[in-house]
Amino acid sequence: MMITRRKFLIGGATAAGALIVGYGVWPSRRIARMNTLAARPGEQFLANWIKIANDDTVTIVIPHCDMGTGTLTSLAQMAADELDADWTKLHSETALADPVFANGPMAEGDVLDDRNMNAESIPDFLRGAAASTFRIIAEYMDLQTTGGSTAVRLTGVYGMCIAGAAVREMLVRAAAERMNAPAKDFRTEMSRVIHMPSGRTFRYGELAAAAALYTPSAHPQLKAEKDLALIGRAIPRLEIPERVNGTAHYGIDTTLPNMLYGAIQISPVFGGKLVSVNEKGVAQNRGLKRVVKLDDAVVVVADRFWRARDAVAALEPVFDNAGNGDISSKTIYDRHISALNGKIKQDFVIGAGSGALNKVGNIEAVYNVPNLAHAPMEPVNATALYKDDGTLEVWAGSQDGLGSRAFCAKVASINLDKVTFHLLPIGGAFGRRLPDLWNFLAYTVKTAMAVPGVPVKLIFTREQDMQHDYYRPNVTCQMRAALDSSGMPIAWVSDYTTDDEANDEAHILYGVPNQAYGTAKVATHVPTGPWRSVESSWHGFFIESFLDELAHHANRDPLDYRRALLKSHPRHLATLDLAAEKAQWCTPLPRGHARGIAMVECFNTIVVHVAEVQVDNGTLQVHRIVSAADCGKAVNPDGFRAQIEGGIIFGLSAALYGEITIAKGAVVQENFADYQVVRLADCPEIEVYIHESNSRLGGAGEPGPPPIAPALTNAIFAATGIRIRDLPIKNHALGVPGK
Amino acid sequence: MAIRLTVNGIVREIDIEPEAPLLWVIRDELHLTGTKFGCGISACGACTVHVNGKPTRSCTLPVGSVSNSEITTIEGLGSGALTEVQNAWIEHQVPQCGYCQSGMIMAVSGFLAENPSPTDHELTAAITNICRCGTYPRIRAAVRSVAAKKRRSGS
Repeated sequence: MMITRRKFLIGGATAAGALIVGYGVWPSRRIARMNTLAARPGEQFLANWIKIANDDTVTIVIPHCDMGTGTLTSLAQMAADELDADWTKLHSETALADPVFANGPMAEGDVLDDRNMNAESIPDFLRGAAASTFRIIAEYMDLQTTGGSTAVRLTGVYGMCIAGAAVREMLVRAAAERMNAPAKDFRTEMSRVIHMPSGRTFRYGELAAAAALYTPSAHPQLKAEKDLALIGRAIPRLEIPERVNGTAHYGIDTTLPNMLYGAIQISPVFGGKLVSVNEKGVAQNRGLKRVVKLDDAVVVVADRFWRARDAVAALEPVFDNAGNGDISSKTIYDRHISALNGKIKQDFVIGAGSGALNKVGNIEAVYNVPNLAHAPMEPVNATALYKDDGTLEVWAGSQDGLGSRAFCAKVASINLDKVTFHLLPIGGAFGRRLPDLWNFLAYTVKTAMAVPGVPVKLIFTREQDMQHDYYRPNVTCQMRAALDSSGMPIAWVSDYTTDDEANDEAHILYGVPNQAYGTAKVATHVPTGPWRSVESSWHGFFIESFLDELAHHANRDPLDYRRALLKSHPRHLATLDLAAEKAQWCTPLPRGHARGIAMVECFNTIVVHVAEVQVDNGTLQVHRIVSAADCGKAVNPDGFRAQIEGGIIFGLSAALYGEITIAKGAVVQENFADYQVVRLADCPEIEVYIHESNSRLGGAGEPGPPPIAPALTNAIFAATGIRIRDLPIKNHALGVPGK
Repeated sequence: MAIRLTVNGIVREIDIEPEAPLLWVIRDELHLTGTKFGCGISACGACTVHVNGKPTRSCTLPVGSVSNSEITTIEGLGSGALTEVQNAWIEHQVPQCGYCQSGMIMAVSGFLAENPSPTDHELTAAITNICRCGTYPRIRAAVRSVAAKKRRSGS
């Protein structure tokens, strides 16, 4: 069976067949390679991701890139807790982009999650084999991805906790053999193994070398919930100090001897080819080294970035438009509407589906969300050195180090073993640096190959970054519903455009007896890609807006209406109630003020936002967002809250201002001047409350944004009677209060 | 032509055209990479440094226009120790990706030097730097705590 990398990342279902293959767990040759690659003098790898040094320092190696989500701390907490490590002597670092650090537990978690299984449901005799096999799958697919809010809920649960507990058992065994005493007579705390009858203690550092000779167990004894000491604690994040004094070193900060700089202009119209450049115009420019003409772009290589940037503009490159010169946001929207009026491909039906709609008297609404840019603060960039011996070395921030290495090899048409990829910290990504969104790597590698022997750092200007992104898709949705005599929905029909596949995120949890979902495929020339929260960023808006419309049609309170449709979902009810209580949902507000509520579950985390707005003479103010979230248990509650707060701001920027529009085939917006985002002045007061449950762990990075747009537009409706069905809000006049 | 600047207390002579943007002089001539490139049009503030003590966006500022000035970057802010603003950033766990925080801290530090006990409105009117991770609630809390300490020690 062929498992493509993309299929695996998205679905994961097909990989389970690989369970039958038997291999040893963590074979010693792997540990040897880890030591060669990543152990400093006095350090020793004991299992995947855990190093112990002679001086008792424990280092956790994290197979994700920490782009602000706090995984350098939260994953270390998970491993260190099971290991009983002394947190004051603990470090964490990002894994190298080498196959030995491929992320098996993420592959494993993806499969188990997809099948609603857990690790215990794998037959015992297969579990060691399974762990190893998933690692091999991960290695085969160059899997080291940061995305899908997977770090804690997959890598952490299926990897870090197991590795920590396994290494603890190895250290106990080393102490037991040294004293010739039974292992049950030992306990561990603060990086020490203690022989309980005699009180004799051993430091982890003095046991590490002996313990490293044992094979780590694939199913060690995990701690009981009550014994957890680090998981669930708001420990200050390890990575923060270097992010307040300017010493954090991002991809863009790469500095190499004799390094040159590249500035690029890509065809403004997607798909366009380079026709000509005016090289005479830059012939006398100081520091100019080379004009590199690529198929659809031109790069100037110079001794300084700003000189390259000025020169590439002076080249006045001419591109063709690949026949896309007449496309605009308006023509794309018209195609969406005509596709939705045409043949719908049925995806999923419950009960009688659309057959339960009325002949007349249904409630219908059309919603639309625009394309959005990721616009991380660090514009995309990479540095590459193509050596005369045919090897390639690349330095960059990426959401997948191993995948980037393979991608660069493919672009350069050289063997994988000739490529070294240095994964560097990222100044924000939100999806922009995920696999399939790597134009910055491709252009950098091609440029480096045009100037062999010299490292080149290619930086996209903000304008190039914004106009050559892979955008959040522009999606249009036609909603239809029928209500019964008491005002409750008996039919719910959602048909939406897609440039890819049908989305599970379109499906509602609410108890509606008849449901139907269908898609209308619309291909455009605008490149799209995962944007924080992915499909939930649009379906969350469609579902929670339309449900609010139904509640108002039924003359019911929007919170009560939701509660009535969630009777068999206690976690969702409890999270709704917590948000409503903290937001004082039932307390009256002054005239012109109103609240709106919305709930979206994604990546196993339920998030409810209550927005409190004021609309005065057409001017909107967002005063307060009260949020409740259930991710099972927050590994680091303060870090989790930070992610939800940031998600609210990210979603708020999109809801209020965000739109990438197309004119004459090209992106109109260029920079933060015309792609407005939230700043301190329009940041509301935000409160985040955690509802703990016994559910499996959920994600933190992506669940925050989806409910914010509908919470806001529902609040605006409550304040003004104006229903906003297409984003962003800035395009709507709110000056005609309906009541 | 050599341009003379004092950067973090050290006098530097740099052979460069006067139109070179100060940001790129700091990053690529002086190799102080704590100051970041974000937008190139003085819209986001990631490149904020102090010019003669005043927070200034450096990405559009020709270096020739600030010759003989005193420039302070994030690396020179606390002269070896963390400042109270930086400590508040840690106490409130402000940074996420951290990329904008050098500029944010420089902007806030310069602002608080002028107005040690600002209202929320004064703060939000003065600090227009962009953070895409959305750390604003914690920035506000951190500034409030620094201002409250100032008030206590001043009274």
